[in-house]
Order: sequence, then structure tokens, then C-alpha cells
Amino acid sequence: MREVAIIGIGQTKFGELWDLSFREIGIQAGLAAVYDANVASEDIEALYVGNMSAGRFIDQEHVAALIADYSGLARDHIPASRVEAAGASGAMAVRQGYFDVASGLHDIVVVGGAEKMTDLPDAAGAAIQDSAADQQWECVFGATFPALHAMIARRHMLDFGTTREQIASVAVKNHKHGALNPKAQFQKEIKLETVLNSAKVAEPLTMFDCAPLSDGGAAVVMCAMEKARKYTDSPVKILASSQSSDTLALHHRKTITSFEATRQAMRKLTRRTGIEVSQINLAEVHDNFTISELIALEDIGFFAPGEAGKATVDGQTQIGGRVAVNTSGGLKARGDPIGATGVAQIVELVTQLRGEAGKRQLSDVKYALAHSVGGTGSTVVMHLLGVA
Amino acid sequence: MTVARFWRENSPRYNLKASKCGNCGKVSFPPRTVCPECHRKSIGKMQEFQLSGKGEVYSFSIVHDAPAQFQNQKPYIVAMIKLDEGIMVTGQVIDCELDKVEIGMRVWASFRKLGEEGPGGVIHYGYKFHPEL
Repeated sequence: MREVAIIGIGQTKFGELWDLSFREIGIQAGLAAVYDANVASEDIEALYVGNMSAGRFIDQEHVAALIADYSGLARDHIPASRVEAAGASGAMAVRQGYFDVASGLHDIVVVGGAEKMTDLPDAAGAAIQDSAADQQWECVFGATFPALHAMIARRHMLDFGTTREQIASVAVKNHKHGALNPKAQFQKEIKLETVLNSAKVAEPLTMFDCAPLSDGGAAVVMCAMEKARKYTDSPVKILASSQSSDTLALHHRKTITSFEATRQAMRKLTRRTGIEVSQINLAEVHDNFTISELIALEDIGFFAPGEAGKATVDGQTQIGGRVAVNTSGGLKARGDPIGATGVAQIVELVTQLRGEAGKRQLSDVKYALAHSVGGTGSTVVMHLLGVA
Repeated sequence: MTVARFWRENSPRYNLKASKCGNCGKVSFPPRTVCPECHRKSIGKMQEFQLSGKGEVYSFSIVHDAPAQFQNQKPYIVAMIKLDEGIMVTGQVIDCELDKVEIGMRVWASFRKLGEEGPGGVIHYGYKFHPEL
């Protein structure tokens, strides 16, 4: 296995991008990354596109070929592949690009992710999000994606004494971070009362416990480390990539207050790199719902089970805390254009590791963790990055 | 959901029919062709197994933002039910005030209408849960 570097990053603003089409979003992110990497288009050997559901959002399948075409790469006939794993689609695309370069198959690969969610009414978008869960044995009985996470929250409250306020404080913290990110969908701080008093979605969760529907794209350029210095003075190294899976339906788990796939994926990262969780002070985790961030932090091992809520209230997960979590604003405030999300996490970590994060820049960051989830913990993809 | 996609799952959805591994005894719902514990050893040994439909609420939510087909039911209770056989399923809790549902509450399955394919369309049936009588 060769060492793999990220030499370019790009991201559109996330939000309701009514004036941009799917292909424009994808191209904008991709071109920004390619420009940042200073590579010529003829140097690009393969393209991966993370996308969950363009077929349902915009009636367009075959989006890898579409992006390759409109970015001008079809001329060179490079392989272009779409990767789907619900919420983890983007992260899994990153993993595919990593394989290509690590294996020696390709030297330079572009990995993008994009989703165009606001061409549909909100209810239709929510129904598509539900399809990450088990349609036949969960949704058909009236369970929604928020309701499944609400059940996780309710059980977490019972088993660990986690409070409603602790759960809500995740949204407050992520909005605080989002306010510092010019690419975020929501660049505005919110109060705890806003979360508690907003419209009920699935009790105990309200609208402000849920990541929004978003449009957006993100992209990275990967390169074999041995050639990275040719393009950049500040390559960021992918130290390891891991992936784990679990049952599709939440009700088939031994426990619902922990995702075993996260625990397994983190164990693999630690085993492969020798880097312990105590050495990591920056993480982008999958906060599609507020409760998701808490269980992610506990499963990764930043905090003991039942302790993440208290730690969040105490400020241990904000910039300047024990571990800065979702400095981008996370899915909650940066936005969650599903296929782009896992790639955008990498973009944020690289920005921080380069020291280019402006107002939200951490003073000292050595290792940075990305954690992306598909469904209710059915797929987990993680990456550990570090300065080269 | 199309008629065929619903119809082919009628047996487990109507009657809570599970499968039991003839090798290790593990019960699976919905029924499986291969035991997730025994894998190859279970092939050809999976038997039908009837669940009691009795259990308790493991966790629940009250859904306010409901999908199109549940609009006329909102707000409604959706729960994970731990059946007495140790199997967990997801379903609605009905005939129960919204503020009365709680974790640990005993419930029984009953056969109810789940939805329909639009006006004049095929009606879907399956299990919902009500408080123990």
C-alpha cells in the first residue's frame, strides 16, 4: 500500500442553491479542488462521485458520467463511478479514491460528492431520506428516519440519564461553529430554547435537532504521496480508512444507544495507525440528528457511554475544548447535501490541518478524524488524516 | 409501495410468522433463508415459527412530521417492541393516549389496516400494537 495525500479541496456553499443545477454544483466543487491542487485535467486518472439519490431527487441516474462529461473529463475517457451508501455515500467515495491511489492503480484521482435536494418539496425530500432505513420493516409501519433517531434518543435518556437539554446543546454548539464558516448553510447562532421550542418532528426531537435538506457539492484531489510535493507544499496524509456495517433495521441490534459499526471502524483505525483516540483533537462526526453526535462521540471513545451530553454542555466539544467536534458546523449547520457530506468533512479537516480555517482555526491540530454514517448506523466509514 | 412488493410479505406481516434455525434455535423476524449465526449449517433447516405478538415497548417516538400515507394519523406513536421471544419489531402503538405510552409498557399485536394505494387502491394490512388488555 502506498501513502496517499490530499492535495486539493473544493466546496460549494451549502444551502438552498436554487440558481444552480446538480451538474453545476458538482462541477463548481470539482473545479475548485482541481484548481486548488494545481493539477492539469490530463493528469486526472479516475473520478468517483458520492451521491445518494439523484434518481429520486432530480430524476437523473448515471451521475458519474454526467459529472465527468461536464467537467471535461469525458474527453479523456477516464473511469467515472458513482458510489452510494445513503448518508455515507461521500465518505465511501473518498474510500474508493483512496484504494485506487494506495494500491498503485492510479496516481491522481478526483473524489467528489453532490446532492440536489431542494428541487423537491420538503416532504418528498424527507421520504427519500427515510429510504436509508428499512422500507419493508420500519417505514411501512410509520417509522420515519427522524423517528428512529428519536427512539435512540429516548432510550439514551432512560439508560444513561441524558437530558433533553444536553441533546439540544449539540445543535447550539454546531450552529456556533457554523457561524464561523462562510460555506455553511446556517451561519447564525441559536439559543437552547430555539431547539427545545421549535416544531416537533418526532418526539423528543424537534426541527432544530435535525440536519436540513441541502444542495451542495464538495471534492478532493488525491495523489500518491511520493508525487504530492510536485503539486503542493502542504499535502495532508490519509493515515487510514475504515468501514464497517450493521443490520439495516435498527430493531435488529442488541442495543440502539450505540452503533457497533462505529466502534468497529474506530478499532480498525487505531489498529492500523497506532494512534489512540486521546491523541485526536479534531473530528467531523455524523450529526444528522443531535443525538447522533452524542452516540458517535461515545462510540469513537472520546467520552464514556452516557458522558457525551454532559461534555457538550461543558464546552468540551467546541473549538478550544478537549476535542473540537464539527468545526464546520457539522451536518446540522454546515448543511447535509447527502452525497457531498462525507467529502465536505474531509474538506474541513484538510482546511484545518493546513491552517486555513480562518476564524474557526484550531491552534494545534495533528490528527483529524472523519466519521460518516449511512442509515441508522448500518454503514460507517471513517478516515484519519494528519499533516504529512 | 406497489401491490406485489407488499403482498409477498403478507405472511409475516399478517401473522407475525418468523423463522427458527434448526441448527441453533435462533428465531429471526422477518423470516430468513439463512441463519445469521450458523450460516451454511442452517441451510435447509430453517423452520417456520409463530411469534406470540406479546411484548413490551423498548423505545418510542410520537411522529408529528408524517409521511404522506400517514398524514391522517398524525400525531401517532411509533415504537420498537421487544416481543417475549426476544425479537424486536417496529410498529405503531394504537388505542393509547399519546401521554400514556412509556418504555416497558406491555403491548399486544393486533391485525390492522396500515395504509392504502391511494383512493380505491389496494389496502395494506399488518400488525400494530395496543396496550395489554
